[in-house]
Order: sequence, then C-alpha cells, then structure tokens
Amino acid sequence: MTTSEATDRQVQAISSDEDVVRVRQLVRTAAVAAKLSLVDQTKVVTAASELARNTLVYGGGGSAEVCRVLNGSRHGVRIVFTDSGPGIADVELALTDGYTSGTGMGLGLSGARRLVDEFHLDTAVGAGTTVAVVKWAR
Amino acid sequence: MDRLPILKIGSVLLVSIQIDMQDQMALQLQEDLGQRIVDTGCKGVIIDITGLDIVDSFVGRTLSTIASISRVLDAETIVVGMRPAVAITLVELGLSLEGIRTALNVERGLELLARSTEPDTADDLELFGDPETASS
Repeated sequence: MTTSEATDRQVQAISSDEDVVRVRQLVRTAAVAAKLSLVDQTKVVTAASELARNTLVYGGGGSAEVCRVLNGSRHGVRIVFTDSGPGIADVELALTDGYTSGTGMGLGLSGARRLVDEFHLDTAVGAGTTVAVVKWAR
Repeated sequence: MDRLPILKIGSVLLVSIQIDMQDQMALQLQEDLGQRIVDTGCKGVIIDITGLDIVDSFVGRTLSTIASISRVLDAETIVVGMRPAVAITLVELGLSLEGIRTALNVERGLELLARSTEPDTADDLELFGDPETASS
C-alpha cells in the first residue's frame, strides 16, 4: 500500500443490507471531500458496493473502514473491508471475470478491481479476507 | 420494508427508483412487477433510474431479471434515464445489461413502447410487404 496520510477515518459494521447502503453513503461523502470527479466517485462507490456485499454474503459480515488519504498533493479515498469468514482458497480464480461461488454474476471482485486504482487482497482459508482499495483524484 | 411504487399509465407500468435501494427492495420490486403485469395485462414496463447514482452488479442483474420475467409475461421492459457516469462505470465493471432495452428518458421510452406494442401500424406491415402485390 502506498504510504499516505489518512484522515477522517470511519468504520461501518457490515451485517445487513442496510449496512451495504451505509457503506456506499460513507464512501460517497469521502469521495466528494477528496474532490474526486463525478465519474471517479461513481466508480469507487460502485466498487465499494460490490466489496461490501461480498463481505456480507461470502464473509458472513465484517466491517468497512473508510478514510481520506493524501499522498503528496494527491487526494484519494481508501476503503478496507475486513471479514473473518472462510477466506478464499483460490485467489486467482476468485479474481477471474465470471467466476462465482454463489448466486452473483461473478463480477464482484474482478469488477471492483477494475474500478479502483489500488487493490490489495489478503486472505487465507479459515482466516478471513481483507480487501483494501484506493481511488485517487486525477 | 419499504416498497417502490408502481404506477400504471394507460397500458404501461412505470417505476421510478429515487432512493438508494437495499438489495431486498430490488428483489421485492421484481416480484411486485411480475404480479402487476399479470393483474393489469400491461404490455410495457418503464423503469426510470434517473435517481440512481450507482448501478452495481446486483442492481444490474435485478434489472436483467425483471426484463426476462416481463418478456415471459408478454411485456417489454425499457430502462430509462441512466446517468452518463453510471453508464461508464457499468461498462468498466463488465456488466452488459443483457436483454435490456434502454432509452434516454421516459418520453422516449414511451415512444419506443408505443411502436413495439402496436404491430398493426402501417410501418410494420410494410416490412412484410403487401400480400397481394407480393404474390403477383
């Protein structure tokens, strides 16, 4: 992860549909504060929505930490999703377009990765999953 | 749980999504629309997403499913009012919204439905040619 200053850190628990909506709203607020363009706001909120749903559905719930980051003069938004679910056995496969272990379209992880600038996935079977993403203002 | 209102205008059902929907609400809309199509015999459904500031894979899939359900029930679905930023994001996400017809706004959507649900217009007949002149 890029070394950067983090501000306005907020943590949202993810244990229901409503929490996914709350995560979207938190990310939207942070993206506006970081002066992301409308398209970039839309991209990062969409990515956050996919990842929050993954945390809920596949991770059995968890949390999202949203903060604004500053790297030099560059503003951005960082979101870290954490769950203590079953973890992902085959990361390569999970990141393949169209792969789904559940009822989704298989675009969650791979699609979210395309929508952000930085994407870090940390997982182990039985040890949960952490996904950290950053979207920088242009 | 809150439900999205479904309005009937002539032979068209109109849903305008103005809020950040929970997943459950999208699934409820799917069921409610199916029921309303059967109850009213409407041939067209317009879903206005002007108010949606994102369409993620779940909402996208729900829209596709609604279009498929409507088709099976002999109604056509048109999604209108997608914001440009949403369109850009959808494409990058990899969502193709298969089987969904779109129009820029409600007005255009209604025009599109009027054309496709009235097969007896002169335009459509021309496509098949006049049976009398075709045989001679």
